[in-house]
Amino acid sequence: MNGLESLYQELILDHSKRPHGKGLADEAPHSASSHQRNPICGDEITLRVRVSDDGTEVTEVTWDGAGCSISQASASMLVSLLEEEGRMPRAEASTLVEGFREALRSRGELPLDEEVFGDAAALSGVSKYTARVKCAMLAWVAFEDALARA
Amino acid sequence: MTSAPAPSPAALIDADAVRADFPILGERVNGERLVYLDSGATSQKPQAVIDAEVSFLTRANSAVHRGAHTLAAEATELFEDARATVAGFVGAAPEQLVWTSGATAGLNLVAYAIGNASVGRGAPESARFALRPGDEIVVTEIEHHANLIPWQELAARTGAVLRHIPVHDDGTLDLEAAAALIGARTRVVAFTHVSNVLGIVNPVSELVALAQAVGATTVLDACQSAPHLLLDLPALGVDLAVFSGHKMLGPYGIGGLYGRADVLEALPPFLTGGSMITTVTLDEAQYLAPPQRFEAGTQPVSQAIALAAAVRYLQRLGMPAVHAHEKALEARLGDGLRQIDGVRLLGDAPDAERVGLWAFDVDGVHAHDVGQFLDSRGVAVRVGHHCAQPLHRRFGLTASVRASTSVYNTADDVDVFLDALSGVRSFFGVNA
Repeated sequence: MNGLESLYQELILDHSKRPHGKGLADEAPHSASSHQRNPICGDEITLRVRVSDDGTEVTEVTWDGAGCSISQASASMLVSLLEEEGRMPRAEASTLVEGFREALRSRGELPLDEEVFGDAAALSGVSKYTARVKCAMLAWVAFEDALARA
Repeated sequence: MTSAPAPSPAALIDADAVRADFPILGERVNGERLVYLDSGATSQKPQAVIDAEVSFLTRANSAVHRGAHTLAAEATELFEDARATVAGFVGAAPEQLVWTSGATAGLNLVAYAIGNASVGRGAPESARFALRPGDEIVVTEIEHHANLIPWQELAARTGAVLRHIPVHDDGTLDLEAAAALIGARTRVVAFTHVSNVLGIVNPVSELVALAQAVGATTVLDACQSAPHLLLDLPALGVDLAVFSGHKMLGPYGIGGLYGRADVLEALPPFLTGGSMITTVTLDEAQYLAPPQRFEAGTQPVSQAIALAAAVRYLQRLGMPAVHAHEKALEARLGDGLRQIDGVRLLGDAPDAERVGLWAFDVDGVHAHDVGQFLDSRGVAVRVGHHCAQPLHRRFGLTASVRASTSVYNTADDVDVFLDALSGVRSFFGVNA
């Protein structure tokens, strides 16, 4: 079961059971939300982004949703990463999502760098399971979409 | 080995012999023996079906119902023989079977034909099908999206009202509610023979009686029954019924629409074009009698011929034997699933007549994760909403896991699946 254990690393299961940032913050000035669904399995997420008054930095990300362990862990890991960084410049956030997408679509060719992606680097294994890439992308797509509206 | 064992109505299927006819079952998945329990989504194909398609394409391929050359005549003969074989499989006459690309196409054909009748096409014969604002279309809460959305669209186009028969917690339809729902305004009653999630055989005759009492047209989705039960559609009394070839050991892209002769005679066509006309002028056209009236354009000929081979394969096994075999697997599956902590079966009505299919929820583990875990052990199941979102919502779920059987499954397949499943919750750290 090596393949399975590389997909479901302990870190992923931990995040899915004790997710960060779960529970939507109230709507506020300079905040925007995105609702995303995975039509294959019915998983869904609502993610809310708040940016600084001048709009240049991400200050808070919260989410709510239901889904598989991969989708729940991925949302949690995204929040952890943003929290570790503190206030993340908008451009950096966009680059992050792009890099994440590229790695997940690489069918196992491009691993996620732990220096850049933190705990989310544990999701590298997902890219070998094309049916599960959407699960991991769900929160990141919601983040990208909400940020574009914030 | 391409032929099935000799028929023996009383005998169960020799699944080991049957398995040898299905080349894909020799595949290994993730280093494990393939345990294929996803036949509800699509069945595997025996070599006889693959050979039938190859043989037609390599020896007889030609356009049917046109051309005077030898191959054209042979292709036409094979194509119409296939129609007779597949029609006979569901108790129908050849002219009662329309080829479609599958059940979804068949249901859309019916809904669009009724829509055409509703704007006066095919009148006066078709007037009996015309829907007016306030007329009612009745479906059930357990339908596959293919037997729901075409009716939603038809209702929206005609001003008819779509209503649904609810399902009890145990997966059986609420027949009291059905009796109250089906009334003077009901024009169409569309329902599934066997739900692709619940696996329960629905009471067709009761629902047909309710519909007939008010003169409503009945439409049966027989996708999940045709591969598993001995079907006699005329005896069931439905006006129209659909099934898909690929779920009954046949190829993709082919299916059947059965219709009572008087119903098909009176329905206007949906798709129009070549091969369905008698006389065409620049202004209008006269249409052929059924089934050709509903078969515009080039037909999936090699698929139809291969579907007939699939039907002959099932007939050689004997549908009573197929049902008995799958019933035994269903019981083994159900008994085993009930013993695994945290597993909730959907539609666990005691004593219900069933096919070999169970959908279930695993408490604390998402269906996708369950499916991934089982896949690592070589077990293929369906996860998700199985194109039945309203039914899942009814049971408080967004997704479930489904194990479904066919003629080639064995008790060992069931045991491998159950053994793997019993390890899911501990792997994902959910306390039993």
